[in-house]
Amino acid sequence: MSNVRVLVGTRKGAFILASEGKREKWEISGPHFGGWEIYHVKGSPADPNRLYASQSTGWYGQLIQRSNDGGKTWEPVGNKFVYDGVPGTHQWYDGTPHPWEFKRVWHLEPSLTDPDTVYAGVEDAAIFRSNDGGTSWQELPGLRGHGSGPRWQPGAGGMCLHTIVLDPSNPGRIFIAISAAGAFRTDDAGTTWQPINRGLNSVILPEPTAEVGHCVHRIAMHRSRPGVLFMQKHWDVMRSDNAGDSWHEISGNLPTDFGFVIDVHANEPDTIYVVPIKSDSEHYPPEGKLRVYRSRTGGNEWEALTKGLPQSDCYVNVLRDAMAVDSLDKCGVYFGTTGGQVYASADAGDSWAPIARDLPSVLSVEVQTLP
Amino acid sequence: MIRVWLPAHLRTLARVNAEVEVQVKGAVTQRSVLDAIEACYPVLSGTLRDHVTQQRRPYVRFFACEQDLSHESPDAPLPDAVASGAEPFLIVGAIAGG
Repeated sequence: MSNVRVLVGTRKGAFILASEGKREKWEISGPHFGGWEIYHVKGSPADPNRLYASQSTGWYGQLIQRSNDGGKTWEPVGNKFVYDGVPGTHQWYDGTPHPWEFKRVWHLEPSLTDPDTVYAGVEDAAIFRSNDGGTSWQELPGLRGHGSGPRWQPGAGGMCLHTIVLDPSNPGRIFIAISAAGAFRTDDAGTTWQPINRGLNSVILPEPTAEVGHCVHRIAMHRSRPGVLFMQKHWDVMRSDNAGDSWHEISGNLPTDFGFVIDVHANEPDTIYVVPIKSDSEHYPPEGKLRVYRSRTGGNEWEALTKGLPQSDCYVNVLRDAMAVDSLDKCGVYFGTTGGQVYASADAGDSWAPIARDLPSVLSVEVQTLP
Repeated sequence: MIRVWLPAHLRTLARVNAEVEVQVKGAVTQRSVLDAIEACYPVLSGTLRDHVTQQRRPYVRFFACEQDLSHESPDAPLPDAVASGAEPFLIVGAIAGG
């Protein structure tokens, strides 16, 4: 029978939750790297025992940790993220030019085929790649060097590259998202990039349909249908059927279309999940009810999933990297909250239960389905 | 030998239990001591000062002989008591954050 491993990054360390395939009993290990912010932990699809973790603090900067045994032991690897060439400037909050400065790694995306190749999305926004298991890192400068770079600006959480999606059908194609610049795609393995924001409409921008400047919160894809992308934007839930060339809104009957996470059912490419959040200044669920919304139609028609989730006085947030799915049948869905709970559903969202209740504020959740 | 006191998180990272000792060739300065620490414990590279600018991280402080040396030039000589090993060079995480 398969096993499931949930990798949780929090404000004060990493935790690993493990269960057998029924997903009824969970064992928690951690905190790993106690006291450090763990923005993201992710396993290699090519070798599930190879994990990478982004570890940082405001005191001592950035570290990358690597495990070769599924998180039992870790070793620090390379932490030198140096922008290629002259870093240049982006827009600061007040519209003035501000030099690019490395702050932290938000997201680690291991290659689909090589455990030693891993991508890092960083703040200030850029993408780096390591081909030696995280020992050394090289920027893919074509992204930041795209002519729009000087017009990118930070969102409230900083100017972060937080989403990296690899196309399983095309090794040269990668999608990324930046707050607040928008979504970009490369078709040549990172040499050149193009903005893919046509159809996005952000009223917070002076030009709402601008080429760049959109605050994209998350992009999700089903590996069987890599041309179809789903996006949770600052406001609006969006869908593209042409690999990002254009987008259309699928918010439909959601109670609010603000939110951070979005994910796709592992076995049903048209079943998607979001967690609506009240507004951009009120980062908690509407009416104090924590509800996951599921669409089985690829958007527009949504149903609230509430069984097992708090339906009163709940004012947590679910951050952009804090939802994931396993690939079992039925599909497991997992998300973590800023209140330190990790909720799991072993029936594709029909019912939920906390598998950890009192962790530090959760920054990220990833899931591995193990043989 | 120069005695260096590391903050708790960096002791964990470097897998040392307490004060460490490093050998410094030439003048004993912040820069030469930090260079020696990073040579002995490569995992600490980038945690005390920025990889590129070599500037002290804002929330890292350097104390010795009851003085705050954080704002001294990295090439200024450290006190004789540090150079002789009578007093440790203290690397401290500033009181900040939560």
